[in-house]
Amino acid sequence: MKSTIQELEKTASQIRRDIVRMVHACQSGHPGGSLGCTDFFTALYFEVMNHDPKFNMDGIGEDLFFLSNGHISPVFYSTLAHAGYFDKAELATFRKLNTRLQGHPTTHEHLPGVRIASGSLGQGLSVAIGAALAKKLNGDKSLVFTLHGDGELQEGQIWEAAMFAPHNKVDNLISTIDFNRQQIDGPTEKVLSLGDLHAKWVAFGWDVLEMKGNDMADVVKTLELAKSRTGQGKPIMILMHTEMGYGVDFMVGTHKWHGAAPNDEQLASALAQLEETLGDY
Amino acid sequence: MKKYTYTDKKDTRSGFGAGLLEAGKKNDQVVALCADLIGSLKMNDFIKEFPERFVQVGIAEANMIGIAAGMTIGGKIPFTGTFANFSTGRVYDQIRQSVAYSNKNVKICASHAGLTLGEDGATHQILEDIGLMKMLPGMTVINPCDYNQTKAATMAIAEHEGPVYLRFGRPVVPIFTDADQKFEIGKAWMVNEGADVSIFATGHLVWEAILAGEKLAEEGIDAEIINIHTIKPLDAEAVLKSVAKTGCVVTAEEHNRLGGLGDSIAQLLAVNNPTPQEYVAVNDSFGESGTPEQLMTKYGLDADHIVAAVKKVIERKNKNA
Repeated sequence: MKSTIQELEKTASQIRRDIVRMVHACQSGHPGGSLGCTDFFTALYFEVMNHDPKFNMDGIGEDLFFLSNGHISPVFYSTLAHAGYFDKAELATFRKLNTRLQGHPTTHEHLPGVRIASGSLGQGLSVAIGAALAKKLNGDKSLVFTLHGDGELQEGQIWEAAMFAPHNKVDNLISTIDFNRQQIDGPTEKVLSLGDLHAKWVAFGWDVLEMKGNDMADVVKTLELAKSRTGQGKPIMILMHTEMGYGVDFMVGTHKWHGAAPNDEQLASALAQLEETLGDY
Repeated sequence: MKKYTYTDKKDTRSGFGAGLLEAGKKNDQVVALCADLIGSLKMNDFIKEFPERFVQVGIAEANMIGIAAGMTIGGKIPFTGTFANFSTGRVYDQIRQSVAYSNKNVKICASHAGLTLGEDGATHQILEDIGLMKMLPGMTVINPCDYNQTKAATMAIAEHEGPVYLRFGRPVVPIFTDADQKFEIGKAWMVNEGADVSIFATGHLVWEAILAGEKLAEEGIDAEIINIHTIKPLDAEAVLKSVAKTGCVVTAEEHNRLGGLGDSIAQLLAVNNPTPQEYVAVNDSFGESGTPEQLMTKYGLDADHIVAAVKKVIERKNKNA
């Protein structure tokens, strides 16, 4: 391993601090899903992926990551900054006029680390499949990773892509679903049940894994296991069980912090729970 | 009136198929994707020559656009192929976010555009696609007029960096442009110089404009005919130069009068040189089943309707004088 689990957890703690500070500073954005996926992003960018912060759009010879549920941009931006794609001071511009850190990620402002715009849901899996096909055509053995929300699976395009990837043996693709069972209007079970997700992806022909998304050791272990199962004719899907808002006690386990910003008092309370490990931006 | 003749007729979609093959031979980064319409899009020759560079997506157009966007990451130049309706309206948000806003080098190639799709009827006859596509920032919109021009345009867009919407059609139409033409994106083609009226036509209506020009010449009306194959970016210089000379305009297109070529010209003129204009276009309606010829006549998209529009606009010009 490049880092110990403890080191990764320290990085995750700083990213969580950044998330609540960014969302507080502009009084908008999506802290819930960002906090829930912080361990995944940390593991991906600081342990699992082979990537180069001297960003090149084509990413030949590198592992690529596509964020399909673009609204959790705070965790994406903070991770990219700490991984060296741009100065972490820029996190202070999040969602503000003339920023490269738009509310939802975009290539339009040329922010290093972002390869596709996302926010309108359901599109990222198709894009990742395209990038994976290009890698195969280029004889490039590196991998493509994605992240999707569970509510996002209600979009039809996801299932077009779900059907395509196994049929075409896109086996250099590792997708992950943030399975927190929450969406804007409430629990997924109430809004539109996802049913037996594991069985659905298996039925579509994917190699399906499950992991505890807020247990760093399990995240790293499962992502490494997924890597070991690439190249065997099937795309890989990881159902990542997380808690929306993980790390901040009053944000945990409710959809209410999907897209709401903390006030000053709530910010202080959140920061008291998250150790400053790498220095605030 | 310059004389245009033809010895052969072919569909513009076959021009696309031929151009795609040539583009593929010239640049090994060119890849093609199709949503279960290989034969209709004339992609067979490309697939035969480059089977590994073709992706059959199935009936899943949204996925096709996304995959195409993703393939540009890694340097590919994807050409997507399906009917114009399924290339635009069905996948508007996918094009907007994953292609246009993301500035991906995807070529959206759309056959069976407009009424001339014929008997399948209005579900398949999109008349709004030019408007939808030209409203997207950064999107180039091209609607060539015959087989040769479509082939040349297909080859040209492979060398153009950025998203393109290429629109062509199903019916067999006269081939009257040069086989070895150089297609310049955004550069209008002067079909016939004239002094009395400017006819700006695109796609299948260019040939109808030529027929109209011949009829008008018999009546002593000297029509300037310009082929606007690139609707965006519009060749403003060519349009303004022509209108400064003629003082009146007819636009002709196989599209809804709302949002098409006519509106692009009208907007340019409103700001720079307000000029009497008549539209030859579909009058804000859906199409229906019928043969292409029957439909073009019924919906007012033929040489006779261009002639009538020219006479009307010249009358307006003279009244203003």
